[in-house]
Amino acid sequence: MNLVIIGLNHKSAPVEIREKLSFPAPSIAEPLSQLVDKYELNEAVILSTCNRVEILAITDDIERGSWQIKRFLSDFHSIPLESLEEHLYEHLGIDGVRHLLRVSAGLDSMVMGEPQILGQVKAAYGYAVEHNTAGVIVNKLYHKVFQVSKRIRTETRIGESAVSISFAAVELARKIFGDLAGKSVMLIGAGEMAELAARHLLSNGIREIMVANRTYQKAEEMVKCFGGRAIDFATYREQVKDADIVIASTGARNYILGPDEIKTAMKARKYRPMFFIDISVPRNIDPALNDIDNVYLYDVDDLQGVVASNLNERAQEAEEAEKIIEEEIEKFYRWINSLDVVPTIIELKQFCDSVRKAELAKATGVLGELSKKERKALDAMTKSIVNKIIHNPVVHLKKDANKVEGDRYVDTVRTLFDLDSIKEETQSRAGGDDE
Amino acid sequence: MSEIFFYITAALYFAATAVFFAYLFTHKEKFTLLGQYILIGGSVFHAATILSRWVATGHTPVTTTHGSLIFFSWILVVICLVVMFRYRQRVIGAFVTPFALVLLLMASFLPRDIIPLSPVLESYWLPVHVSIAFLGNAFFALAFFLGVMYVIQQRYLKSRKLSGMFYVLPSLDLLDELNYRCLQLGFTLLTLAIITGSIWSEYALADWMSDKVRVRQIWSFITWILYAALLHGRLTAGWRGKKAALLSGAAFLILIGSFLIINFVLGGAHGLTG
Repeated sequence: MNLVIIGLNHKSAPVEIREKLSFPAPSIAEPLSQLVDKYELNEAVILSTCNRVEILAITDDIERGSWQIKRFLSDFHSIPLESLEEHLYEHLGIDGVRHLLRVSAGLDSMVMGEPQILGQVKAAYGYAVEHNTAGVIVNKLYHKVFQVSKRIRTETRIGESAVSISFAAVELARKIFGDLAGKSVMLIGAGEMAELAARHLLSNGIREIMVANRTYQKAEEMVKCFGGRAIDFATYREQVKDADIVIASTGARNYILGPDEIKTAMKARKYRPMFFIDISVPRNIDPALNDIDNVYLYDVDDLQGVVASNLNERAQEAEEAEKIIEEEIEKFYRWINSLDVVPTIIELKQFCDSVRKAELAKATGVLGELSKKERKALDAMTKSIVNKIIHNPVVHLKKDANKVEGDRYVDTVRTLFDLDSIKEETQSRAGGDDE
Repeated sequence: MSEIFFYITAALYFAATAVFFAYLFTHKEKFTLLGQYILIGGSVFHAATILSRWVATGHTPVTTTHGSLIFFSWILVVICLVVMFRYRQRVIGAFVTPFALVLLLMASFLPRDIIPLSPVLESYWLPVHVSIAFLGNAFFALAFFLGVMYVIQQRYLKSRKLSGMFYVLPSLDLLDELNYRCLQLGFTLLTLAIITGSIWSEYALADWMSDKVRVRQIWSFITWILYAALLHGRLTAGWRGKKAALLSGAAFLILIGSFLIINFVLGGAHGLTG
């Protein structure tokens, strides 16, 4: 397969180079059409994010295609190729498919397994479709990519563990409380970080949010944007027993909650667990709280530690994802090979002939006893009908075999006549006979 | 026949244990799925072991310590599978399976002769009493393992260093909840077992045997009080979480200790055979 990917990412190039090479989305039409028209690539996709710029192209000649893309990058951004080349990587053919799958699954990202990249890959494909630079191979390839990414998300836990502090807080809350529905949160201090964590908790089904802030007005404002109730700052100590999760982020210089208050609160709530998240620096909650039974306290550093171990856990899941990719590449490779003209023509002929034979058998059943001559005539007639009908399609398939249209024709014929499912059917039937 | 089934069962439990442990270390979901299938297979052969013994003796095969351990192990595996399915927490199998295997191994070192049952035990109370008692104890055993899982998970959360099993163990809330339910069920069944046992001994037992049975009854009562106190504490004094987990663990250790002591001192079936 003549697929070429040329690009650079956070590993291969410093940000000074990456930003020079980026293709902003609003003006992506021009570079896309240049790739196809001026640089004579058959199909092209441009992926441009803050951590990577990649150009994927389908070409008649891999070496020439690769050279053309490099020239395009250099020309378009007016950077001499010599200063660019050391930062570029190149993935050809099936290796390119692998690279695209790895990128989409987040395996090549700075934050392993991050989910945003898939959206960016989708957008890149969308631009190519919009500007008519996506052809049959790119279409099929990207659909495969989306399908595999979905499979990786469901079969591995690569995207599951939290890799940001506020997500880590939610994850911990879930390990303590299980289902978060029906639980309540108290925010002491209405800072930005606290708000972010609260939002994540809300989207996980938290029932109630109480906000205590020194300036009551600010608490009220915050409550307005995501529901809940503002409470008088003077009363948070009394009300803390009603909260399952407490997020502290005040600017106080000293501890605003200590073990004695919490011991009392725990007794009042019959020792149902409490989870304290202290995201203030200096810390707002006395670390001694963590020594109380059924009380869990995490400060910013602890949460950062959680994020670090989650990243480690993701790295292990990544291995699993790599295996899925290898499996899927093999399937994709089989499809690419089926795009060859010759097998398609053979399958098309076989298909038509099987239809002819089946119908012929039915007809002779109705006609009753036929002489040998009559049967021969029928046979010859049906054969020539079939041959006449498929003559032109076959000629076109052969003629354009080595052009871009060739792939498109082959794919169209395979789709229209459902050749792939027929092939699978006969294969599975053949397999069944063997047993 | 039951011998062959027994060895197949033990082999399958061993395999399931290995696969479950692989899961605890690698966190790969396919291992728990595989472990679950092997465990199901094992429980089928386990049932066959018990049934073939039952057919051979004509009695519920719990008249010896050997038979009791095998029967108890089976009930434990079955309720473990039920909980695994019901709550979609296959990881529980990683804790219960090795224990079930140990019970089988203990049984294999004990004399497995089929001792004819003394006529006094011929009563339909036998299977009823024994099944209820073992089911109750199996729930206590499960509560024990849920408690162990709870303690491990809460240590991870308290230490604030997340690694290893933290990622595969269920939430504290679920473990605590399940622990409580198991205690409730176990306690109800233990109460019923004591009642059926008393009725049975009233009907069937001669005076000369009653001393040995009385020892058993006293121990049952002690266990009953222990668990009653535990449940009471949970309900009224808010004994939950780690405290409840540790106490249910301690109660189960006392229970299993008394079972082993009584069986080895008095012989199987509360000293009523031979």
